[in-house]
Amino acid sequence: MSDGPVTSETLREEHPPQASSPPKPSAARQPAWRRALRTAILPATAIGLALVVGAIIMIASSPLVRGSINPMLPITAYGALIAGSLGSFNAIVSTLVQATPLILAGLAVGIGFKAGLFNIGAQGQFLIGALAAAAMGISTAELSPVVAIPLALLAGAVAGLAYGFIPGFLKAYTGAHEVVTTIMLNYVAIQIVAYVVSGPLRGASVTFARTDTITSAALPIVIGRDGHIGILFAAIAVPLIAWLLFRSTLGFEIRTVGANPDAARYAGMHPRRLITMTMALGGLLAGLAGAIEILGQTRHMPAAYATSVGFDAIAVALLGRAHPVGILFAGLLFGAMRAGAGLMQIQAGIPVQMINVLQAVILFFLAADIIVRAIFRIRAEGTGVSELQTVTRSYGEQVAK
Amino acid sequence: MTTSTSSPQDATAEPGAPLLEMRGITKRYPGVVANDDITLDVRAGEIHALLGENGAGKSTLMNILYGLAVPDEGEILMEGEPVEIDGPTDAIRRGISMVHQHFMLVPVLSVAENILLGDEPMANPVMLDRRTASDRIRALGATFGWEVDPEQAVGTLSVGWQQRVEILKALYREARVLVLDEPTASLTPQETREIFDVLRRLRAEGYAIVFISHKLYEVLEIADRITVIRRGRVVGTRIPAETDEDDLAELMVGREVQLTVDRGESHPGEPMLTVAGLHVKDDRGHEVVHDVGFEVRAGEIFGIAGVAGNGQDELVGALVGLRPVASGRVSLHGNDVTDMNPRRLHRRGVGFVPADRHRFGIVLSFPIADNLCLNDYYHAPFSNGVVRDEDAILRYAERLVSEYDVRTPSATLVASSLSGGNQQKVVVAREFDGELRLLVLDQPTRGLDVGSIEFIHRQGIGKRDAGVAILLVSAELDEVLELSDRIAVMYRGRIVSVLDARRTNREEVGLLMATGGREEAADESGTMP
Repeated sequence: MSDGPVTSETLREEHPPQASSPPKPSAARQPAWRRALRTAILPATAIGLALVVGAIIMIASSPLVRGSINPMLPITAYGALIAGSLGSFNAIVSTLVQATPLILAGLAVGIGFKAGLFNIGAQGQFLIGALAAAAMGISTAELSPVVAIPLALLAGAVAGLAYGFIPGFLKAYTGAHEVVTTIMLNYVAIQIVAYVVSGPLRGASVTFARTDTITSAALPIVIGRDGHIGILFAAIAVPLIAWLLFRSTLGFEIRTVGANPDAARYAGMHPRRLITMTMALGGLLAGLAGAIEILGQTRHMPAAYATSVGFDAIAVALLGRAHPVGILFAGLLFGAMRAGAGLMQIQAGIPVQMINVLQAVILFFLAADIIVRAIFRIRAEGTGVSELQTVTRSYGEQVAK
Repeated sequence: MTTSTSSPQDATAEPGAPLLEMRGITKRYPGVVANDDITLDVRAGEIHALLGENGAGKSTLMNILYGLAVPDEGEILMEGEPVEIDGPTDAIRRGISMVHQHFMLVPVLSVAENILLGDEPMANPVMLDRRTASDRIRALGATFGWEVDPEQAVGTLSVGWQQRVEILKALYREARVLVLDEPTASLTPQETREIFDVLRRLRAEGYAIVFISHKLYEVLEIADRITVIRRGRVVGTRIPAETDEDDLAELMVGREVQLTVDRGESHPGEPMLTVAGLHVKDDRGHEVVHDVGFEVRAGEIFGIAGVAGNGQDELVGALVGLRPVASGRVSLHGNDVTDMNPRRLHRRGVGFVPADRHRFGIVLSFPIADNLCLNDYYHAPFSNGVVRDEDAILRYAERLVSEYDVRTPSATLVASSLSGGNQQKVVVAREFDGELRLLVLDQPTRGLDVGSIEFIHRQGIGKRDAGVAILLVSAELDEVLELSDRIAVMYRGRIVSVLDARRTNREEVGLLMATGGREEAADESGTMP
């Protein structure tokens, strides 16, 4: 007999607030900041543990590089990481720039979680959004930026929306699981980009497979060395999505479908419509992220566009507990690591890939939250763990109409 | 059932000497004393019932016994020796086995595999010794007259049989103390009788049995001693001969409880719900409701009795708009509402309390307030169509919480923090509130404690008196008999009879439920289906 499934249910049944028993201090009655703090415990612990693991790896591998063990290496490395991401005005701007696509795509994944969907397709939606924005940016090169920029951004958002609509529709009306379809669509997106950029969109003036440089649709730098105006979109999207989810009636429907599709159906909601809509909305956000990245950062589209923003967005959404504010902080953290990685490599000799290791370890501790909770004796209640069970739930289920 | 004389256990244990004793067990959780100085013992050859409402502390006590929780105070003794139980494996090793309310079985594995799980006999370091295990399981089953097929997948078995597998699992591990947590919760009356026969045999063979329940009549029927706990304390121990249901209910709830609601006179008015020639298919596309027709009048409670799985679920689903109608007609107050969706039905005054409240009735991770406005969240005053009005939602919720006596410190708490009875009150509050014409109550009190049952029954009677037509579907025969004005018996997808509740009795309805009115005996074999 296993001990796993026995307790959770029986124990919960054991503590109903009885009329006479003292009201138990519950997560929901605490002030908002206390609740937020509780929710942040696990992610914060995971980050802390990841830094420790990263330090161990750096020390252990230092003899291979320098010939001797260097116990101070992690301090140098993390110091450089912080200096490179927060140490100067330009560093901070660089962090914001790096964080922008992560936050937008993180919201795309997070809003899916709220609806009980695991959107692994942010990567594909990001690529298609980037491609559409690049295409529009190049074809509007003759127009004024006032027209070209909105058109290019719109093209990216709409293309992403369409690309998110496909798996949403398939899930809702045929039962095809979104994890499977979005993974496949990610590959399709890579091939579409490769074909379009090396074919119809290939720049005339460039030697290898990429588009011409985007000129009038390029996002203007408004702050610091590379702070383009796209940062604003992330800043607006966070409160907007939070409002949508928690204040609007539509958001209530999305959350209900995610928490209990059957109850949603009985309450007169339309799970199929809502699932399709949520995936499309996720696609829009990820597509917009792609558009901003292309128009603001790279300013051209290579045929083999190497990016992992769409996948990192899953980590951001998980670390942010699928909550828009959490995603904001998680996106800023990952953005900071990216912004500081270069200085870390220069000053400490630690390859930039180290941040991928840190990211992976953070994810590991988040996924294995039982380990973290056992080590630090954190109770599951109120830490937002239950909301993230989407990953294992609903696999292969048909959505009722 | 064959009577076997083989007794694997020591039936000669001195009567009176407790096999298991729990002394002064106290367990505190933040803000709650779940167990407060509880003392409980069980002797070999005894069935000791542990009676208490949901949340009284039964499960905590059993978790402590099973090594899943560590008591803050108190000790556990086996045969007079203090023991420290370090997890379920240790408990099993010491001869304590538990049969959980929600079976801990793996549906896709066979009976033998389920029984072996966690304690696999090995033929060699790599291979399981299936043959020996199967033989032992068969022999063990045979002592109860059960023809067990160890290779059958557990998922294909009926609930009654799954429970037998759970019991075999305990016996296979040579348990001496058997703890059964609400063993009859999901059984038919027939299956309940069978499990009681099994328990009596086990008692005769010298097992010590702890029987956890909140069903009074069951406890009175099966137990040798009854210990009642309330809010974590033992409030009394009784012997069945010296007590009755009223006494036990009072102990359990802490006040006098009316077990049977005084239903008073009903004054049926015009027909409200009319069902004619209804055919409904199940999820697999088989027709399971055949040509059902009936009428429920305003101010009347129309009961549908039947053993679970005779088409009631599908019938209810079709009536409340959750399942398409294959053919036939449903009308409400003369208007055709066949295949109308739940929201439009709700607007026309149809309330529905679902049997599976966790599936259709409640969103456990949402605040109570959100659950209370789940039907009406989209219109005024709760929303202007785009934005929610949190204040209006909370005000409304607070009114319902106090009107329907939902025991919670705040309507902003999540629904999962409530006990089962209070969760059901949330569903009842939402569905009963407002202008009603028809109420569909599907197993409205399943799994609830007496206090909540009493409350829900009163509310139902109140609505009836207010002129609402009520359709009550229940597998609890007593509930249907107590509340209904007329009773339809459903058997294999058809209504085989409609009886006047005042001129029928338990036996007549029970027989119709079991046989559909034909003289054939119900299928009662000891062979696996």
